[in-house]
Amino acid sequence: MRECEIRRLGRMEYGEALRLQQSLVQQRKQGVIPDQLLILEHPHTVTLGRNGKMEHLLADESALRRAGIAFYPTDRGGDITYHGPGQIVGYPIMDLREWKRDVVAYVRGLEQVLIDSLREFGLEAIRIPGWTGVWVAGRKIAAIGVHISRWVTSHGFALNVSTDLRYFQYIVPCGLTQPVTSVREMGVAAGYEEIVATLLRRFAGTFACKMTTTAAEMEKV
Amino acid sequence: MTDVVMPQMGESIVEGTLTKWLKKPGDHVERDEPLFEISTDKVDTEIPSPAAGRLAEVLVQEGQTVPINTVVARIEEEGAATAETPPAKVVEPVRAPTPEAHPMPSPVEEEAAPAPVAPPEEAKPPGMLSPLVRRMAREHNIDLRNVTGTGAGGRITKQDLEAYIAAQAAHLAAPQAPPRQVAAAPAPSTPPPVPPQQAPPVTREEQPKTRIEPMSIMRMKIAEHMVMSKRTSAHVSTVHRVDMTKVARLRTLHKNDVQSRYGFSLTYLPFIVRAACETLRAFPIVNASIEGNNIVYHNEINIGIAVALENGLIVPVIRNADERSVLGLQRAIVDLAARARSRQLKPDEVQGGTFSITNFGSFGSLFGTPIINQPQVAILGVGAVEKTPVVVDDDAIAIRSVSLMSLTFDHRLIDGALADQFMQKLKAILENWSEQVL
Repeated sequence: MRECEIRRLGRMEYGEALRLQQSLVQQRKQGVIPDQLLILEHPHTVTLGRNGKMEHLLADESALRRAGIAFYPTDRGGDITYHGPGQIVGYPIMDLREWKRDVVAYVRGLEQVLIDSLREFGLEAIRIPGWTGVWVAGRKIAAIGVHISRWVTSHGFALNVSTDLRYFQYIVPCGLTQPVTSVREMGVAAGYEEIVATLLRRFAGTFACKMTTTAAEMEKV
Repeated sequence: MTDVVMPQMGESIVEGTLTKWLKKPGDHVERDEPLFEISTDKVDTEIPSPAAGRLAEVLVQEGQTVPINTVVARIEEEGAATAETPPAKVVEPVRAPTPEAHPMPSPVEEEAAPAPVAPPEEAKPPGMLSPLVRRMAREHNIDLRNVTGTGAGGRITKQDLEAYIAAQAAHLAAPQAPPRQVAAAPAPSTPPPVPPQQAPPVTREEQPKTRIEPMSIMRMKIAEHMVMSKRTSAHVSTVHRVDMTKVARLRTLHKNDVQSRYGFSLTYLPFIVRAACETLRAFPIVNASIEGNNIVYHNEINIGIAVALENGLIVPVIRNADERSVLGLQRAIVDLAARARSRQLKPDEVQGGTFSITNFGSFGSLFGTPIINQPQVAILGVGAVEKTPVVVDDDAIAIRSVSLMSLTFDHRLIDGALADQFMQKLKAILENWSEQVL
C-alpha cells in the first residue's frame, strides 16, 4: 500500500508553508519522498488563486495590513479565500500517477474526505455540483484549491472549525456571495485535534494509503 | 515540429481551459520545462513542454477552452527545416468562458465525447472484488475505477457501489462519470445487461438534444423561496389605475437639476416608495407578518426593492424608508441596485423587509401578479408609466401618464376591501402629489 507521511506543522506563516510545499513537490517529483499530507493552521491570511479576481477582495491591501491580515497571490486553482486560526488546513503533496491520474477525481476525493469526516460529527455535509468545496445548510464550511505540476499536487483544503467568520467579510469567498460557516457555528463542540484525527483516518480510506509519521515528527512527540 | 496538445487530466475530463502561457512565441523552451497552465474545476495544472526547441506557434489563446488532444502549440527543433510542417489542424475553441464562469468540464460536453480508452496498465480496478460487487458493477455499467473503496485496503464494497449509484442518480451533473453511463443503466426489470464495450460509441458529430447545467446557488434559493411563498400565502391580486401625470411633470421639472447636483437620475420609483410608506402607515396590517396564530405588526417600515440581476433576482431593503425624502430614497435605490449587481450587498441589507415593491414596468410590463416576499404579507407591482387617453371629469378625453399598479396580498390576513382601500389611498397620494422634491 502507498505510504503518506503526515507532517503536523502547527501554526505556520503562509509564505513559509508555500516554500515548504514547493520543496516537497520537488522531492516528490524526484521520487525521494513518499506522498505527504501537511496539516497546519495559518495566521490571518487572504490568498488569491490564479483565476481569482481582485474585485473579490473587498478591502484594499493596506486595509488588510491594518487589520493584521497577510495577502498572497498564489498559483493554486480557485478564487479568493481566507485562512486563519481555528481552521484546519491540509496540503497533500501526492503523485496522482499513483492514484487514478485524474485531477477531478482528486478534488472529488478531497471533498469526500471532508464530507465523511463532518458526517461523523453529525453534520449534513454535501457537495453542490458546480461549486467545488463542502457545504453545510447552504453555507460553505470547507474550501478547496489545488495546483498540479507533473501530476504532483500542492495546496489543498481549508476547513473552518472555530474560525472567526467575521474575517470573511474582507472577501467574496471564491467569488460567491454565499455565507460561510464553521463546525463551531453549526453547533458541534468537537475539538480541533479530534477533527484532525478523523480527517487523517478518512484521508487514508479515500486515497487508499497508509498514514505514517516521519522520524522528525516522532522526535517532536 | 512537435505538436503540443491539450493533455487529458483525468478520465472524465474531455476539455481544458488554457489559463496562461508561460512562454511567448519565439521563446526557447527545454523539454519538460513548464510551458502553459490549464484549469479544471479549481485545479490549476502546469503543463511541461514535450520537446526542446523554439515555440514556433501558439494556436490556442489564454482563456480558451478546447477539447483534449487539440494542438495548442508547435515546437520547432532548433536548426530543423520548416518544410516538413504537417498540415495544420484547424482548432475551434469549444467556448470562451464567461468572466463569471468557473472553469469546469460541462457534463454534456463529456457526453458528446468518444468514450476514453484507458491505458492498459490502469484497466484493472484497485483491490480485490467480491463476485457481488462485480455483478453489480456489470449490471449498472459502472467503471469501478471511479468508485472510492472504503473497505479493508481500499476494497470496493457493496455499500460503496450503492452510494455511488445513489450519488450518480442524485447528481447527474457531477463530473465523475458522464451521464451517459447512468442513462445506459438498465431498469430493474430489464433482463440481460449490455456489457459496456457493446454500448454504441457516442461520436462528437452527434448534436446533444439537451444541455444540463447545475443551478447556481442563487437560482436554487430563488426557486425554493418562490415555491415556499406560494405554499404559505393565499395570493390574491388587485389592480388599480394610477394617473402619474403630476409626478411625471415634477420628474421632468427636476430631472436635470437632480442629475447635475447629485449625479443620479430621478425616476418614478422613489415617488412610489414614498407614497407606499405613507399608505402603509395608514394601513399597518399591510406592513405586518404572520407568526403562528399571531399577527406581528412592524413598527419600522423597511421596503424591499426587487432588483433584476443578470442571472437572478435580489431584494435589497431600504430600512426606515418612511424617514427618507424622495431624493434620499432615490439615492438609496441607486446605491442598493448598483451594489446588488456588483454582488457587494451585506447580508443584513437583504433582510428585515416588511413590504416589497417590484418595478416590472421598467421592462415594459403593464401589470403583473408578483409572488409575496415571505414573511411579508403584500407586494406592490408597478406597471409601465405610459401616455394613455383617459376620460377625465368633464367627460372629455385627455392624454395622461398612467400606470397600472397591482397589490398582491396574503388573503389569510388582508381582506379584498382593505387591499382596495390601500390602493385607493396610494393612488390619491400619487395623483395629488403635494410634497416638494428639491
